[in-house]
Amino acid sequence: MMNKGKMMEGVKKYTMIIVLVLVTAFFAWGTQGKILLPQNVSNLIAQNAYVFVLASGMLLCILTGGNIDLSVGSVVCFVGAVGAVLMENKGMNTFAAIVVMLLVGLLIGAWQGFWIAFVRIPPFITTLAGMLVFRGLSNVVLEGMTVSLSSETFVKVFGGGANCYVPDLFGMEGFNLTCMIAGTFACVLYVLLQMKNRMAKVRKGYETESMVSMLVKTALICAVILLFTLRLSQYRGIPTALIWVLIVILVYAYITSNTTIGRYFYAVGGNEKATKLSGINTNKVYFWAYLNMGFLSALAGMLTIARMTSAQPTYGTNYEMDAIGSCFIGGASAYGGTGTIPGVIVGAVLMGVINLGMSIMGVDQNIQRVVKGLVLLAAVIFDVVSKRGGKLIAND
Amino acid sequence: MNNAGLPHGSPFDIWNMPENHKRQELEYGFGIGRDLGLAKILLEMKNITKEFPGVKALDNVNLKVERGEIHALVGENGAGKSTLMNVLSGIYPYGTYKGDIVYDGGVCKFAKIKDSEEKGIVIIHQELALVPYMTIGENMFLGNERGRKFALNWNETYGRADELLKTVGLQESSRTLIKDIGVGKQQLVEIAKALAKNARLLILDEPTASLNEADSKALLDLLLKFKEQGMTSIIISHKLNEIAYVADKITVIRDGSTIETMDKKTDDISEDRIIKGMVGRDLTNRFPKRDKKTFGGIGMEVKDWTVYHPLYSERKVVDGVNMKVKKGEVVGIAGLMGAGRTELAMSIFGKSYGTNISGKLFLNGEEVHLNSVRDAIDKKLAYVTEDRKGNGLILSNPIKINTTLANMDAVSRHTIIDKDKEYEVAEDYRQKLRTKCPTVEQNVGNLSGGNQQKVLLAKWMFADPDVLILDEPTRGIDVGAKYEIYCIINQLVAEGKSVVMISSELPEVLGMCDRIYIMNEGRMVGELPVEEASQEIIMAHILKVSNKGA
Repeated sequence: MMNKGKMMEGVKKYTMIIVLVLVTAFFAWGTQGKILLPQNVSNLIAQNAYVFVLASGMLLCILTGGNIDLSVGSVVCFVGAVGAVLMENKGMNTFAAIVVMLLVGLLIGAWQGFWIAFVRIPPFITTLAGMLVFRGLSNVVLEGMTVSLSSETFVKVFGGGANCYVPDLFGMEGFNLTCMIAGTFACVLYVLLQMKNRMAKVRKGYETESMVSMLVKTALICAVILLFTLRLSQYRGIPTALIWVLIVILVYAYITSNTTIGRYFYAVGGNEKATKLSGINTNKVYFWAYLNMGFLSALAGMLTIARMTSAQPTYGTNYEMDAIGSCFIGGASAYGGTGTIPGVIVGAVLMGVINLGMSIMGVDQNIQRVVKGLVLLAAVIFDVVSKRGGKLIAND
Repeated sequence: MNNAGLPHGSPFDIWNMPENHKRQELEYGFGIGRDLGLAKILLEMKNITKEFPGVKALDNVNLKVERGEIHALVGENGAGKSTLMNVLSGIYPYGTYKGDIVYDGGVCKFAKIKDSEEKGIVIIHQELALVPYMTIGENMFLGNERGRKFALNWNETYGRADELLKTVGLQESSRTLIKDIGVGKQQLVEIAKALAKNARLLILDEPTASLNEADSKALLDLLLKFKEQGMTSIIISHKLNEIAYVADKITVIRDGSTIETMDKKTDDISEDRIIKGMVGRDLTNRFPKRDKKTFGGIGMEVKDWTVYHPLYSERKVVDGVNMKVKKGEVVGIAGLMGAGRTELAMSIFGKSYGTNISGKLFLNGEEVHLNSVRDAIDKKLAYVTEDRKGNGLILSNPIKINTTLANMDAVSRHTIIDKDKEYEVAEDYRQKLRTKCPTVEQNVGNLSGGNQQKVLLAKWMFADPDVLILDEPTRGIDVGAKYEIYCIINQLVAEGKSVVMISSELPEVLGMCDRIYIMNEGRMVGELPVEEASQEIIMAHILKVSNKGA
């Protein structure tokens, strides 16, 4: 009984990883291995950088009780538009423009957060309004036109343009040694951290994972990192956008799992009344979630205009759906209270692989939407039904 | 009860018939019933047993209701009255309980409420089930609409509704919105709604709990009028004078079992007699001994505490309460549900309930103003909720996270959580309170009620309070776990902490407390040292005050 339960839990925990492996295998077969070519692996990151950034912020909103932010696509566009106009038309210096863009993002986050957290306007309504408002304002700022970016520093720093890779220090032909070294270094760091953690646990006499399962897990993760960096090395090295993605992921993984504020997001989503009665200001927790979402939308806005080297009133369309989808596919609960950054990464990669795979296979755009929609629905059905103990139909 | 003196076959004797008598023949048989040859017994619930995980809510309960009578069901909170009625009405469907429901001569297997309503069994719950922004008429036929599915007949709806409103003596248009009429009238709408479903057996759960004297009287008279017309009713109530007024028979339920059924015509149904039936049980060895120590000083004192309802701000929920608890003392607050005990506790605890709170609060002899839960925790006050799942724990989170939630500063530095320390703390409390769980990484939702309660206590003990208010600390947990919780309470007071225990279980109050306050309708109506208290005395205090208001 116990063992069966444990196994069920294990299967549940790793379902999405298993699905990811199967889906990747399917596309590897469907595209005759093209999806695993170095260039495609590299593109997977560069094209989807914004998804990782937005999904990290979206996770915090969703944790507070399944609340989503529909405005992020429009905010991405608006922040990008403001930045582009400032840099190009007003001649503002790049650094100042970056600061302004971040402030705009924070301001938007504070605006929406205020209504949601303190006035308790439902997030769906508040952010639906934001979606319309900031899309409209983007058009106003850009006067309906495309503004091209000429600031090379900006484009380079935020991973856009023709050469959007971290420069190689060694200059080997056809192989980016810097990237491979970085990958190896990451593996070593990971192994050391795991060992340190385990030793501390053993020393204090805490329960530890079985040695075998830990070794297998570590070996698998290192293998994935090494294969991934090998692929990148065979192309043009580390995409600059990957650096941003890594920073965001690491910071938010840390916040959600190791800080008190991170704990509050889970607590509010798990049981708001109990959280309140534990002396935690729940209004502030909602406010932080949306303030932070504004901040990360600004960062995603910068990544977007840098990648396109321009700002257009249509940028960021449906970005909110990618972010929301990644969270739910990655195991965040539609009711809030559960979900992790690693889960969201898996969700985002899965969405990215499906996008890329279908594009390479030449599947019609509309069919792609159908598939993505069904995958999202399936993931949430899985979450809801498994929470109900496997019963498909709810009690009447 | 022993009515051996009555001749067998007397219409009033069937309740006490020896088991081996030919019951079937008598009760369901031939021409004994007065109503045109119908059987006399309308409803019989036989050997009903209903278990919830860890608790036996009903244990072999038997209930017989005659046609055309008003049958009262009495018992303490949690005795199982509502559970029994939920079994009857199909809220707990057939198969989730053991035993038989015989209604109108046939065994019933209700799978859902609709099934029981089709047979004319209609239950009116204590919390009214009306939609505020719909009209009276719409509410009355909700789920039972007039006309066809895609073409509702509003004329018939409102016409029929008006007729029924006349029957229950309510002078309102059926097109009035529910939110615009008072709670007394809403209760009448509920009854009219039941009539609209062709009710033959009306079940009322505390129908007068929120009504004033005049409305209560009108409602009871209405029931008597229906009785004249042949309606059968079951009424659950705590107000014994009302029961004496309307009921023909009274069944007492205690701890999930039927204790006795009394007949107005043949038995003594004085209040004392009913109270004795409700509370009489032995108290041996259910409570751990405590060595009395005196510490000196008062842990908490409340003066003139008044609280108004958060939504209906003209309604007083707590009215001028004075109470104190010494260091090292356990003080009980007894009372019925809705007496204002939880509201009192939560309003003290950083104003987490109510509006317009006035009065003085002293902790450790010093006046404090607690404006948030954080303030209260910082001033070393803790409130352990009665609703551990709803207000106390995060079921989807592990034990360790729940344990530290109210005092995260103690396991973190500069907002960064020391997870090792958190684990140690949780593990420490797991051992101290003997919480049964594989590890503290286990989600709280997977624990039994007793163990959840221990985690909740651990959470508040870790907040390191001097004064703990425990609200129904043993509700819904088994006897063994209760004993362990009592031991923890003893430990706390042995350390010089003050404990206020709110409990609806009188034996527990008597077994654990040094002093007992009795609360009713927002007021403290009595204070007794435990030596002078007994279940009968406390119950009498509670009920006698209720009666004045009824």
